[in-house]
Amino acid sequence: MYRRWLWPGFAFPGVLWLVVLFVVPFYAVLAVALGTVDPILSRPVPIWNPLEWNVGWVVEVLHRLAPGGTFSGVAVRTVEYVAISLALCLLVGYPVAYYIARHAGRTRNALLILLILPFWISYLMRMLAWVNLLSPDGYVNRFLVFTHALGQPRDWLGGHPSTVILALVYGYIPYLILPLYAALDRIDRSHLEAARDLGASPFSAFVHVTLPLSKVGILGGAVLITLPMFGDYYTPNMVSSAPQTSMIGNQIDLYFHGGPQPTIGAAITVLLAAFLTVLMAYYMWTIHRASRELQAA
Amino acid sequence: MSIVAEGQPKERLPAWSRFRGWTTNPWGRPRFLVVVTWAYVLWSIVPVLIAIQFSFNATRSRTAWQGFSTRWYWGDPVDSVWHDPTLRHALVQSLKLASADVLIATPIGVLLAIGLARWQGRGSRASNFLMLFPLVTPEIVMGVSLLLVFTQVFTFVHTGTVAQILGHVTFSISYVVVIVRGRLFSIGKQYEEAAADLGASPSAALVRVLFPLLMPAIVAGAAVVFAVSIDDFVISQWLSSGGGTDTVPIQIYSATRAAPLPSTNAIASVMLVVTLGAIALAFFVWRAFTRGERRTGAKPTESLGVFEI
Repeated sequence: MYRRWLWPGFAFPGVLWLVVLFVVPFYAVLAVALGTVDPILSRPVPIWNPLEWNVGWVVEVLHRLAPGGTFSGVAVRTVEYVAISLALCLLVGYPVAYYIARHAGRTRNALLILLILPFWISYLMRMLAWVNLLSPDGYVNRFLVFTHALGQPRDWLGGHPSTVILALVYGYIPYLILPLYAALDRIDRSHLEAARDLGASPFSAFVHVTLPLSKVGILGGAVLITLPMFGDYYTPNMVSSAPQTSMIGNQIDLYFHGGPQPTIGAAITVLLAAFLTVLMAYYMWTIHRASRELQAA
Repeated sequence: MSIVAEGQPKERLPAWSRFRGWTTNPWGRPRFLVVVTWAYVLWSIVPVLIAIQFSFNATRSRTAWQGFSTRWYWGDPVDSVWHDPTLRHALVQSLKLASADVLIATPIGVLLAIGLARWQGRGSRASNFLMLFPLVTPEIVMGVSLLLVFTQVFTFVHTGTVAQILGHVTFSISYVVVIVRGRLFSIGKQYEEAAADLGASPSAALVRVLFPLLMPAIVAGAAVVFAVSIDDFVISQWLSSGGGTDTVPIQIYSATRAAPLPSTNAIASVMLVVTLGAIALAFFVWRAFTRGERRTGAKPTESLGVFEI
């Protein structure tokens, strides 16, 4: 009896905590999104019984998200920003991770510390740093005017998509490089030596050996940064705050903090979560498999 | 080589060609990668160093350097971190949330990790699955759901410090579990079994064998929880009730959107020093606990396994 309940007993407080403060809250979002709105006070009225759920608001939001709807611009922009930022992160991150895993030699530990350092610097402080640099009389404008790349200072913070994408890349790239580094570091060099011995050029050894073996790291890291980017609202708000660069997260933020319609905000949240489920499932599967391998080893 | 160069004027290629030759030399080290890597590292660190520099600016500008001063830390009687009550409260609130988070999430997470690793029964798989969810849920989804649960269901919890602590613990538990579980797998069951063979009861084996062996991971987990809690913006903001419950990241956010002074840079720098201090402390404790272990086994980066998967 004692043996049987010992380990579940250890897990109990944590599981209870997550049920009460993670599962129940998510159910509350569903209940509000699929609930009704008080016509007089215009406050959300959640419906707790799934049999009575009212899909009206979710359908309404879906209509607005469809091409031509009021949210379609934001939705398309969000996907564009995330896709471009992800591509840039991979373009910069892969060579960096590859170099440190493969060739860094004596500088490897120093470089690793420098890679981890951004984790310990507050995300908001890193954004603040760019706000300072990109201000009208900041270092970036001064440098560009000094080198005559620009005739006069440019208002980088006035709602430029490129600024938002730069900020997203700067903010999330550290979270991509470490998984990439771990995946590349794990590759057994004898595979590469075998490929070279069998006549592969360095390039084809990279394409046929290194790249496939780092695929799990690439996908895992990509998903790891894609998920928070889709929910981001503070990055565009800090470096632009113009409506023409707002993302889907800003829309949610607006409905809760600005407007009186939390029901629509909750409906967008539910749809966003549903959209991201595929990515989340994939990532959880990779963690699960990695921990299985760890357990087996 | 140098003798020849001294003897006759060497033909100098244009700078760009020399640079290209240096980066693409197929027999040397992959210099192209060297350039990219160091450029990236500089790009990732230098903006923050400049932000720290301007926290010491003598004037109200965050963009034009006008000499060194500490007025934004304590010199200025109104707007310095020391004298501005909003900034001081934000600092206190951030530290309060992070400490409470470490004290609550670490023990719960350690127990959950042990339980999930050893429990073979029916609910084990589902619990494991549930534990992974907070790691992948976008923060805004968690923020919305916690806000709604505190305004619609658990209405006795008002937004503010308590709600913020509950929220922070919710997203922190999983970090502790993943870190501690990695260690549990790598030490295996043999030490506990040896203790049992020598006559220890399960609880004695747990307290006297397993916990000491887990200490490095527990320390690493606590450090990561402290760091993610200090760094958190979204959950703190959604569950803030304004005024005294704004944390440092919230202050940075709202100040940046209004008209930031160098004191914003100053409070961000203070926070950075606090975080780095906590990490350094954790590192030394971690090293004390892993002394004597073979160097092949434990690397600091491995204890931070959360980010490696």
